[in-house]
Amino acid sequence: MVIDTLKCVGCSDCVVACQTENDVPFGYCRDWVTETVTGTYPHVEMELRSERCNHCENPPCVRTCPTGASHVAEGGIVVVTGNECIGCGACIESCPYDARYQHPEEGYVDKCTFCIHRVEKGLKPACVSVCPTRCMYFGDIHDPNSEVAKLLAERKYKVLAPEAGTKPRIYYLI
Amino acid sequence: MINNIYNMKTTRRQFIKISSLGIGGAAIAGSGFSMIDFFNLKSKKRTYDLSELNRYPTYCDVCFWKCAGWAYTNKAGKIIKLEGNKKDTHCRGRFCPRGTGGLGMYYDKDRLKTPLIRVEKDGKQSFREASWEEALELVASKMKGIRDKYGQESFALIKHGTPGKHFEHLFNAYGSDTIAEPAYAQCRGPRAEGFKLTFGTTVGSPEATDIRDAKCIVLIGSHIGENMHNSQVQELSDAIDRGISIITVDPRLSTVANKSKYWLPIRPSTDIALLLSWIHVLIYEGLYDKPYVDKYCSGFEELKEHVRHFTPEWAYNITDIKPKKIRDSAREMAKASPAVIVHPGRHVVWYGDDTQRTRAIAILNALLGSWGRRGGFYFKEKKKIPNYPHPGYPEPKWTWKDLNKKYPFAHSGITTEVIRASIPGVDGEHKVKAWMVAGTNLTQSIPDKNLTLKAIENLEFLVVVDLMPMEITGYADVILPECSYLERYDPIRSSTFRTPSIALRSPAAKPKYKSKPAWWMAKQLGKKLGLNEYFNYDDYAEVLDWQLKQIGTSLEEMKKIGVKNFERESGALYLKDNENYRFKTPSGKIELYSKKLKDAGFDPMPIYVAHAKPDEKYYRLIYGRAPMHTFSKTINNPYLNDLKDENFIWINPRIAKIWNIKRNQKIWIKNQDGIISKFPVKVRLTERIRWDSVYMVHGFGHDNKNLSRAYGKGASDSDMITNIKTDPLMGGTGLRENFITFLLDNPHKNVEL
Amino acid sequence: MKEELFISGRHLEKIDPHLEIWEFPISLYLFLGGLAAGILIFSSIVVLLNKEDKFPSAARWTPILVPIAIVIGLLALIFDLSHKLYVWQLYTTIRIESPMSWGAWVLLIITPLSILWVFSYIRELFPRIDWKFSILYRFESFIKEHKKFLATLLIPLCIILGIYTGILLSAFNSRPLWNNAILGPLFLTSGLSTGAAAIILFSKSQYEKHLFSKIDILLIIIEIGLIIHMVMGYYAGSEAHINAISILMNGDFSFMFFVILMGLGLIVPLLLEVFELLGLKMSVILPALLVLIGGLVFRILMVEAGQLTRILY
Repeated sequence: MVIDTLKCVGCSDCVVACQTENDVPFGYCRDWVTETVTGTYPHVEMELRSERCNHCENPPCVRTCPTGASHVAEGGIVVVTGNECIGCGACIESCPYDARYQHPEEGYVDKCTFCIHRVEKGLKPACVSVCPTRCMYFGDIHDPNSEVAKLLAERKYKVLAPEAGTKPRIYYLI
Repeated sequence: MINNIYNMKTTRRQFIKISSLGIGGAAIAGSGFSMIDFFNLKSKKRTYDLSELNRYPTYCDVCFWKCAGWAYTNKAGKIIKLEGNKKDTHCRGRFCPRGTGGLGMYYDKDRLKTPLIRVEKDGKQSFREASWEEALELVASKMKGIRDKYGQESFALIKHGTPGKHFEHLFNAYGSDTIAEPAYAQCRGPRAEGFKLTFGTTVGSPEATDIRDAKCIVLIGSHIGENMHNSQVQELSDAIDRGISIITVDPRLSTVANKSKYWLPIRPSTDIALLLSWIHVLIYEGLYDKPYVDKYCSGFEELKEHVRHFTPEWAYNITDIKPKKIRDSAREMAKASPAVIVHPGRHVVWYGDDTQRTRAIAILNALLGSWGRRGGFYFKEKKKIPNYPHPGYPEPKWTWKDLNKKYPFAHSGITTEVIRASIPGVDGEHKVKAWMVAGTNLTQSIPDKNLTLKAIENLEFLVVVDLMPMEITGYADVILPECSYLERYDPIRSSTFRTPSIALRSPAAKPKYKSKPAWWMAKQLGKKLGLNEYFNYDDYAEVLDWQLKQIGTSLEEMKKIGVKNFERESGALYLKDNENYRFKTPSGKIELYSKKLKDAGFDPMPIYVAHAKPDEKYYRLIYGRAPMHTFSKTINNPYLNDLKDENFIWINPRIAKIWNIKRNQKIWIKNQDGIISKFPVKVRLTERIRWDSVYMVHGFGHDNKNLSRAYGKGASDSDMITNIKTDPLMGGTGLRENFITFLLDNPHKNVEL
Repeated sequence: MKEELFISGRHLEKIDPHLEIWEFPISLYLFLGGLAAGILIFSSIVVLLNKEDKFPSAARWTPILVPIAIVIGLLALIFDLSHKLYVWQLYTTIRIESPMSWGAWVLLIITPLSILWVFSYIRELFPRIDWKFSILYRFESFIKEHKKFLATLLIPLCIILGIYTGILLSAFNSRPLWNNAILGPLFLTSGLSTGAAAIILFSKSQYEKHLFSKIDILLIIIEIGLIIHMVMGYYAGSEAHINAISILMNGDFSFMFFVILMGLGLIVPLLLEVFELLGLKMSVILPALLVLIGGLVFRILMVEAGQLTRILY
């Protein structure tokens, strides 16, 4: 996923869309918006980022899961099989992005799934489809003709917490 | 002397704060523990397949942008999701967060559920549940009573949004045109008049800004992005990809200020000085669009002489913006001309000289040649929908116009004048005796709450139509529960845009509890008042079908497509080269110098007048929007409340240090007139705000316990707005000259609230 | 000034403002695991060296605690799970990369082994016990014959148990306070130390008490050394590491760290045991108790303080 922070206005539509699409319980969220402000008035800058599970290439949560419930599915999307999860919380402790939570009703560990149920049908994840500024892009970065690959080739970008070694796959255009 | 408004005892009309309103008939939504679920080892399916769902067309009612879309329901009839209509020019298939979260309005358990009537027992007033027949009969009898005793003009309607349209028809049929909406005098009224005086037409809603093709946009009083004005935000985002340069004038680093090439952190209340100096630079550096001005504008020489001394150096002293920045930004604007927009803003009631300020913006646009040009302002058009046939309205003896006598340039009802006219012996001899308030939380939208409460105290009757138990309902004699937009038919949406379009609102579900659509209430009241001929239909769907058939489509077709776009009929979107266009002004040209204003005794061209500054230890209260809320309307919505359930007060860290205030500390605020906030508000220490001001998002600090998610969260900025700077041209109530100070200890500790 | 905040109202229960996923049950389990490992290691060594009679507490009495401790620990773990009904999924697969998986399997093996261990001599301590079935008597003699084999099996398993509690935490590089290589050996040492303390507590033999006191002194010194090593390592690390360790050094947990853990849990019992050995009349129970409490406190501290730290926000 590629997200253009220059266009994001922090409206949190991605959060509501995800909540209605995935029946996320109130008080919980699979994605969220962070604001970072630097500088001193009037030389101030800020950055808005829509964050979620980064579906890392080197996911610590998959490594640490004792039952294999947390696994990498088709396309590199990291998902949790609810029926195999025991709710031990190890994956939550291991995630540098604090992207997971224990589902209050079901008990298993839940997180962003890149709307795999939509991706399988050729649709984009709910957050990407709803974003009014169209600042979110989703696709195969290994396909040189895809939108995401072209954006990464043309623009400056960053990832979150690269020092954690997780190789996250959400790229923020800056 | 502390004048705590919450100590005001209203004997006639107590603010009713009982713990529950109208539960009768409410379904108990059980998410209880089920033995089957416990042993069901298969996890509940939490996603769905769009192809399995039914969809109903609607247009969103959460704000005025009215984006069209679809409400998806599953086989059990439960509304699952809302999505935008791809063919709709207002949203291009994508709802904003409030539209996506509109489901919450439907599912909110705190909704008003049955009609309620105020009763008094043993000196204590409360609401009792009533049937629709009883409630409507009471309202109708009061309407007849007022008509017989004072004349129907004395029954006023204060409205907002789509329910307002139905009641406007009812009131006009009844014979009253004492109608006003806060959106005029408390929000965008001045810019309508400012632009009308200059260009001869209002700026439109949505504004006819051609951001799609603009090379530069100047925002002075607009925080696009924090206001989720859907198509404008979308077009701006596309424009950012194209490399548009943005110039933002804002004392606060707004979201869009952060995306700007030039952010001018202006000293609050000095905007006119900046605008005048920009005009000076454009004229004296020869950067204005000379052919355009020569052909289409009148009064250029007067304007040139007028701004002779308004140099950037002069403006620097006033606005705190360096002369170089003023010149650079002016040149940036001119470079993009005519594909440049100086956005008129939306909420423009600031300091009482707002019509003049928006006129300065209009003049600036004229000099840049943007009006009627690609990338500037296009000529808007909307589809005319024929009215469903009804007899002509009776002529009232007096209307809202008579209440506006003091304000020669007001072209719509001024709510504050209606309120003043409800207080005996204050202004004028026309007395307003009763109100219907539909779709607006009046006590939070009108400044100087004491005035509104005094007026309510003197009313003989107040009926409130609302979806949620907002504060205004606590003062009503009768409360009529409206259903949400997902449960009803409503008038066809036809708004101005580049191309005319219409959208249908149809119900996706039956009204919940005992709520009813506004059209039904209006019709029933009409029947009881003997006005049946004005409501010659059984179901509003008939009206819609008739209207749609007149314009070449039908209800059946619209139900399938939701939105229909039409070809323009009024001419080109933009001025053609050298076209002899006649503007709708007295001179036929764009009036840089307004003789109309001069004749009425006002400044023909805007001048800068210094406004009050805060005293020591006081800070100017600036307020604004958050993209996930539409103030009171969404504050209790479970989805949107989840995103933001309270507001914070933004304080500059330097000031916080002086006061020794820490991050997230709860403080109370007190304004220059001694009004103290009922609830505390948390502090956000941020460099985004100037040291002479504080910022809060409007719409929080709700006082009604029935709003379970919103009660007591954050503080109400509107309670702090007691000093009104009235615009002498059109009666707009300037709200930004209110200053607050901080109270670190609880001032209500010993006071019973 | 840098300001960072969530603007979409994120407040996940037990995640924000800091993690509270693993609480007392986990700390208890880690402590009991280390304690069990420690006791059983000493017990096995004693058996292998044929010194069972010299060290009745180490060889006989104290190991009774082990299965009890392990079972309590397991119950605490299961109680802590949020999807308890599926706990059996743990045993459908071995995931080598997951320390949690090792732990699950190691516990699966050690628990019956430790019961067998105790089973083998329990009648010596409580002669009244009657197995009723002859098969059980034969089983008992079978184990007794192979006790040395059992001991050699138990030692590596218990070392794994002791170390894995530390590796479990140190494998999470997103909790800076846990992310150091010393935690594994540190927890093992702490486990051995608490094991020794437990043995002292239940010992009636002066000789045994003294020997284990000496062993304990050595272990405590090693523990203090490892802790210092760990702290110094943090100060030499990234900003996240420095922030993490400052919670212990001069933050919310510094009282707990310096006074309770280092003071009461390590230095005071060390001094008491040294004085005891030097001949001063000292209570032997007190330092042992302090060491045990210190062990539990250490784990509570690490689990809580560790969850206070994160890389982002």
